[in-house]
Amino acid sequence: MNERIRHDVDVAVIGGGPAGLAAAVALRQAGVERVEVLERELVAGGIPRHSAHTGYGLRDLRRIMTGPAYARRYAALAAVAGVTVRTTTMVTGWSGDGGLEVTAPDGLSVVHASAVLMATGARERPRPARWVPGDRGQGVYTTGQLQQTVYLHGRPVGRRAIVVGAEHVGFSAMMTLRHAGVEVAALTTELPRHQSYLPFHLGARWMLRVPVLTGTRVVAVRGKPRLAEVELERVADGHRWTEACDTVVFTGDWVPDHELARTAGVGMDARTLGPVIDATGATSTPGLFAAGNLCHPVETADVAALSGRHAGRSIARWLAGRAASAAGAGVPIEVDGPLAWTSPQRISSSADLPARGRVILRPSVFARLPRVRVSQGDRVLWQGRLPQFVPSRPALLPASWLARVDPSGAAVRIEALV
Amino acid sequence: MPVPEYDLVVIGAGVVGSALAREFTLRGRSVALVDARSDVGDATSKANTAILHTGFDATPGTTESRLVARGYRLLSDYAAKAGIPVEPLGALLVAWDDEQLAALPGLAEKAAANGYHETRLLDPAELARREPHLGPGALGALEVPGESIICPWTTTLAFATEAVRHGAELLLGHTVTGAEPGAGHTVLHTDRGPVRARSVVNAAGLGSDHVHAMFGHESFTITPRRGQLIVFDKLARSLVNHILLPVPTKMGKGVLVSPTVYGNVMLGPTAEDLTDRSATESTEDGLAMLREKGNRIVPALLREEVTTIYAGLRAATEFGDYQISFHPDQRYVCVGGIRSTGLTSSLAIAEYVGAELAGWPGEAMPGPRADVVPPQMPYLGQVDVRPAEDAELIAKDRAYGEIVCFCERVSRGEIRDALHSEIAPSTVEGLRRRTRAGMGRCQGFYCGAVVSRMVDEGADAPVKAEAVK
Repeated sequence: MNERIRHDVDVAVIGGGPAGLAAAVALRQAGVERVEVLERELVAGGIPRHSAHTGYGLRDLRRIMTGPAYARRYAALAAVAGVTVRTTTMVTGWSGDGGLEVTAPDGLSVVHASAVLMATGARERPRPARWVPGDRGQGVYTTGQLQQTVYLHGRPVGRRAIVVGAEHVGFSAMMTLRHAGVEVAALTTELPRHQSYLPFHLGARWMLRVPVLTGTRVVAVRGKPRLAEVELERVADGHRWTEACDTVVFTGDWVPDHELARTAGVGMDARTLGPVIDATGATSTPGLFAAGNLCHPVETADVAALSGRHAGRSIARWLAGRAASAAGAGVPIEVDGPLAWTSPQRISSSADLPARGRVILRPSVFARLPRVRVSQGDRVLWQGRLPQFVPSRPALLPASWLARVDPSGAAVRIEALV
Repeated sequence: MPVPEYDLVVIGAGVVGSALAREFTLRGRSVALVDARSDVGDATSKANTAILHTGFDATPGTTESRLVARGYRLLSDYAAKAGIPVEPLGALLVAWDDEQLAALPGLAEKAAANGYHETRLLDPAELARREPHLGPGALGALEVPGESIICPWTTTLAFATEAVRHGAELLLGHTVTGAEPGAGHTVLHTDRGPVRARSVVNAAGLGSDHVHAMFGHESFTITPRRGQLIVFDKLARSLVNHILLPVPTKMGKGVLVSPTVYGNVMLGPTAEDLTDRSATESTEDGLAMLREKGNRIVPALLREEVTTIYAGLRAATEFGDYQISFHPDQRYVCVGGIRSTGLTSSLAIAEYVGAELAGWPGEAMPGPRADVVPPQMPYLGQVDVRPAEDAELIAKDRAYGEIVCFCERVSRGEIRDALHSEIAPSTVEGLRRRTRAGMGRCQGFYCGAVVSRMVDEGADAPVKAEAVK
């Protein structure tokens, strides 16, 4: 009853979002023959499909468009490049000999590939995963579920909402709610300031006049069968109050969709919760690569796409025998202090630069002109100032210092002084 | 409109009421199964610890002890035939201090007094070998190999489905508001009209004392005891091999860590005596307590993601035992005060009540039909093959290969089948209990919108692939 049809390709890409599609296109452009994208959704394109506002495509496609248009554009690029994109096709696990176990309407198969790229993306932590107690009434969403409800299915939401989170996606959720005719009572964040980009934040607030409750956390959601109120707490003094609403959206707080990465047995990063990768996107298993928001939860779609494009090129070089094989050996990169994580986390060859020539840092505090120092043992490889730190937003560190890393030396440390 | 009349009305379509309805239909009676909720098993039965108990720790000599031991055998057998997921993992009662360690031999004796002789004491070395992720400081354990985990939703649904298949009338959304016991029959008043029956069985769970009072009896009071539970991600499953039970002490039964048949790991329950019979919310204090306990039992568990948090209310009374009483003069049976062991004992309760009723003057029911085959339930467990893993099934019907809920690997075919089943769900929550769609780690991030649309518009509703303009 469990007979699987074997299917061989050169590179299998798990996930047809921006990172996976961009990687597949880059692989074809580098001359790799059989590139197959396995996408579990009905259509490829990933999260931008249901994020129907503009702002997509700046860094990778050099133009600005809506999320759905951006998703369609990548699907078209993949088709033109000769990528096979299989939708409604889910990789459910690994076969004993390293193949991908795949379920699709046309049957069960096992896909064997010379190289595999995991580009499975990230999701928002839902309410229980944030340990928020209360009732289990209707009206509690993540942005992902909200935007699909509104933009893909055109279905009603509620009347009055609280948005939990004030990073970029929180404002995106606010715009979706307004589009759906829902009054947004407030955005909340435990941090002292919102974390969105200023033009977006100002535009959204000026147009919609929604307060951002800073230093505020949600301590309970109440009401059944429909949500009726949330209880909020001012972190500074513990003052609590309730806000009536029939809708609450838990935004941001991303966790990588790492089931396949973890069950593949690759080295995992306890900070990003994604796989440990080197500058080429290689994991600790030779031939198994990772890119996009699985590795750095979460960046904008164009950054994910550029990460995929970079990994695609790296895989092509690896297939041609011109790149290091795995991030198992080499030098680890460590961060501490006000830095939550870094991507990549290992240096297997000082010749390889990461996507966009930058190491992504994730600060956990706000800071202006923070001083950053990169060192290996006693040697300082780089030091200087970055423009700013905003929690949950990337701080990009130029990676020119990678060439000076001693590949047999100690761990590289990235420190921030704020 | 004439008032419908049945041989029997069972009040409460939880696991016990559904088992009772099944029993009576198999005995050829006309039965109405009445419940205030919109689905079967929607109150206490949906939110328990999902354990199939051997009854090793019951108080010997009680009705509960007898019915749990008998129910364990009946339900194990039934589950195998109906496709209800069961995993015989065995339980370990882990001792964390000298007092608990000293209590273990007594628990083995108690088990023997309950007719359970397979318990065994484990030393710390063997315990560590069997449960390598256990927190430091465990001094030993009592092994109870027969304790198993089971799917509570499929169990209730299987009983109710079989009852309906054999003619029971399922009256959901009917709140019982009063009873008029008469000489030949009783009229039950509900908010949707009266229902007449010759006999009435009260399996109303948290409301069983209120129904009891409608018949003029005040022999017990329900004090709902809340249990909050945390369900951890499936990636945590390898951390726990057995049902890890606390050693019961003077302070109560305590918090357990157990795998679920769906491949998660569960931590809980709390035990809070309340007065509000609808207080099924989780609380800050409850979660903090569970976090602390869990951190001691399996510290690595707390580093995994939480999939869901829920709370259930046990129908506790001032008595230690089940409150089952027979009132032949009123043609009335009370099956009250059935706490978390009710899942295990359900079939035994039904068998006991059925046999007792058959002895009443005028009832003389035949024995339950032996030729019936239990319904084949959709399989929700992780051990056997689910539809999306079944090549033959997908070859016959592509819908089983179209995965809608990614986290739980639920196919469109399974959702369609559930929506077309004999007891079809009317809500997303009901569909979840039949398929697990939306119950996974993303809690609807990916599939919530489409699943809720399928519930409202039918499983065959076309799903838009592109954004609504």
